[in-house]
Amino acid sequence: MIRVALWLACCASLVTAQDQVVVGSKNFTESAILAEVVAQMLEAHTELRVERRTNLGGTMICHAAVRAGEIDIYVEYTGTGWAAVLEESGKIDDPLRAFVHVQRRYRDEFDVHWLEPLGLNNSYAIAMTEAKAEALGVRTVSDLRAHQAELRAGFSIEFGNRDDGYPGLAQAYDLALGSVRTLEHGLAYQAIQNGDIDLTDAYTTDGKLQRYALRVLEDDRRFFPPYHAAPLVHGATLRAHPEIGDALGRLAFRIPDAEARAMNLAVEAEGRSAAEVVRAFLEREGLTDESVASDRLDRESSGRFPTIFRLALEHLALTLVAVLLASLAAIPLGIACTTRPALRRITLGAAGVMQTVPSLALLAFMIPFLGLNVSAAIAALFLYALLPIVRNTFTGITEVDRDLVDAARGMGMTPRQILRKVELPLAARTIMAGVRTATVISIGVATLAAFIGAGGLGEPILEGLYLNDTGLILSGAIPAAVLAVLADAALARVEKRLAPRVASE
Amino acid sequence: MIEFRGVDKVFTDARGREVVAVRGLDLEVPAGEIHCLLGTSGCGKTTTLRMVNRLEESTRGQVEVGGDDVANRDVFALRRRIGYVIQSGGLFPHMTVAQNVGLMCELVGQDEPRVEARVRELLEFVGLAPAEYTMRYPGELSGGQRQRVGVARALALDPEVILMDEPFGALDPITRRRMHDEFRRLFARMGKTVLLVTHDLEEAFALADRISIMEAGELVQSGTAEELVASPANDFVREFLRGVTPGGTA
Ligand SMILES: Nc1ncnc2c1ncn2[C@@H]1O[C@H](COP(=O)(O)OP(=O)(O)OP(=O)(O)O)[C@@H](O)[C@H]1O
Ligand SMILES: [Mg+2]
Repeated sequence: MIRVALWLACCASLVTAQDQVVVGSKNFTESAILAEVVAQMLEAHTELRVERRTNLGGTMICHAAVRAGEIDIYVEYTGTGWAAVLEESGKIDDPLRAFVHVQRRYRDEFDVHWLEPLGLNNSYAIAMTEAKAEALGVRTVSDLRAHQAELRAGFSIEFGNRDDGYPGLAQAYDLALGSVRTLEHGLAYQAIQNGDIDLTDAYTTDGKLQRYALRVLEDDRRFFPPYHAAPLVHGATLRAHPEIGDALGRLAFRIPDAEARAMNLAVEAEGRSAAEVVRAFLEREGLTDESVASDRLDRESSGRFPTIFRLALEHLALTLVAVLLASLAAIPLGIACTTRPALRRITLGAAGVMQTVPSLALLAFMIPFLGLNVSAAIAALFLYALLPIVRNTFTGITEVDRDLVDAARGMGMTPRQILRKVELPLAARTIMAGVRTATVISIGVATLAAFIGAGGLGEPILEGLYLNDTGLILSGAIPAAVLAVLADAALARVEKRLAPRVASE
Repeated sequence: MIEFRGVDKVFTDARGREVVAVRGLDLEVPAGEIHCLLGTSGCGKTTTLRMVNRLEESTRGQVEVGGDDVANRDVFALRRRIGYVIQSGGLFPHMTVAQNVGLMCELVGQDEPRVEARVRELLEFVGLAPAEYTMRYPGELSGGQRQRVGVARALALDPEVILMDEPFGALDPITRRRMHDEFRRLFARMGKTVLLVTHDLEEAFALADRISIMEAGELVQSGTAEELVASPANDFVREFLRGVTPGGTA
């Protein structure tokens, strides 16, 4: 809400809103092609006039330019932002987390905004001729191990020697190739073509991979850092022209590696102009059609429904399992508390403390024990659900009319029989109310399960928070709220049916 | 049938002080007698009653039922041989009349047809038409009907003794009087030993074969209504009986 208000305020203050944007690029083919993609999308879907300023030089120049507003937009790679600009030293293992991290730091430190990734990941890769790979049955880097003694590699000098090149890769995959040479990269493709070497390093979106029919081996241990491409926008520009975000949002994940490779090849090897290649691509993909907008919406809403339904089921399952397990533990515990004051103090105290631990902290606390998965989420929900059920079981039983218990004892019922026949049935409604509270709380807390990859309706919420997409957030939040209301109503009915009959009924 | 011999009951209250509820009680209730414990509030009537089925354990002395010291009997077996009826009726609100009455039969393992037959028999005995009342819940009964169901329940396992703690205390005076007539006939037909607690003199006179008057935890005098009226043991009894003639009203 605050952010929306800020945006509105900024928009209002920018009366001298420029209606021209500058799209820049670095000095290599792919960067220029992606700048052209951005430019054509803006021309197709906004009223803005676009100026192209390609081949600006390296990363640092483009970065300085976009910060200063010299250029408004250019396409950057997450790995580059991470290492070269932000000088992060840690290894990235999760591309989404890396993206979110880079996005946040850029926003906070430079007021430069990463939009949704385009799809391509221009990382390093190991390539092999398609024919050879097929013959050996090699699909992933790990598959190389089976044939490592007979394989000959020719790597670029850089790749052959750097820790994030072959030496690191060999260690990560426990790989010892029969022969490793270093050679000028331009020659490697020739060498692999001639059969002098079997393997070389490459960029995943290099057009030559396609030209020489090379197979990119899957980096199954995620050794190479992700280099996902995404448009970066100067803060003031984005605030003045939020339509930029909408226009470029259409590109999200629409340019896979193969598509990038094909465009790179067309420009580099076939000598076609970037503008022409990009136009063809956008038209083929229907990204510049006038009807595109509504088309996409239709597709999305029809496509998202089953997803939301699945997530809602996941969410419900998560909650129900947790609440069920919590009931199995909490009801006996609550019963035990009625006859053991010491146990009662400890249990209600501990459960109360548990309740005050912030949900995320509790989730984080579970991770070392249970890992990043559904069990950790269920364990956290379980702990949350305990207190209301224990407390209500305890109160429900202690609130049973003492005269009735007295009558039961006087009749010669054993404590077990009294519990089963009198106390539990009369406390059922209160216990059920505890289960209901626990369920509603759990449905809310379960949205956090997405943080640890346990799925549920938290997924679109989390994604929406990352992408600053209110629609996406609501697509998770609303069903979660509906779920909570429905569960509440359903359990309220159960509760009512458990009530002892009185004269008026 | 019921015998108290030198019974004391001392409670320790929440502040740790000792409260003597019953002191040096000697009392014998022969089999088949309807015996009323009468006295002002807090004089120890309920405590005395509850020592019979060991809802309270005596501090000193002996309580015997049918010649056996209750302390030596299995507490659950003992209670199943003793019917217990309390003021509120103590009916379980989540069970039907039939379930309330048949509960103990079921718990001691009698089969369903036998329990059903017993429930019908008992309801008829206390004057409630089974067809109409078995499926009702206690909330759907009048106060008097509830007490009748309470007695039916107390009789379920055919006990030797019935303990009643102010069974009609919650009823209006007119209904209470009608219940007295009804229960006098009922008691006569069932022929059980009954120990009944009340602070209502009229009730004691209407129902009891013999009456025991208690004051501050001690038994002051036992006897038939006529004996008490004819020769009260002290001023307290005289005061208590003032203006009352046997079988009549105050
Ligand atoms: N569990 C207990 N702990 C402490 N004191 C008790 C307890 N039960 C009874 N007393 C005390 O013992 C005394 C006798 O109580 P009791 O209930 O037997 O009286 P009562 O004659 O039945 O009175 P009422 O006519 O009001 O029912 C009272 O002073 C009471 O406060
Ligand atoms: Mg009493």
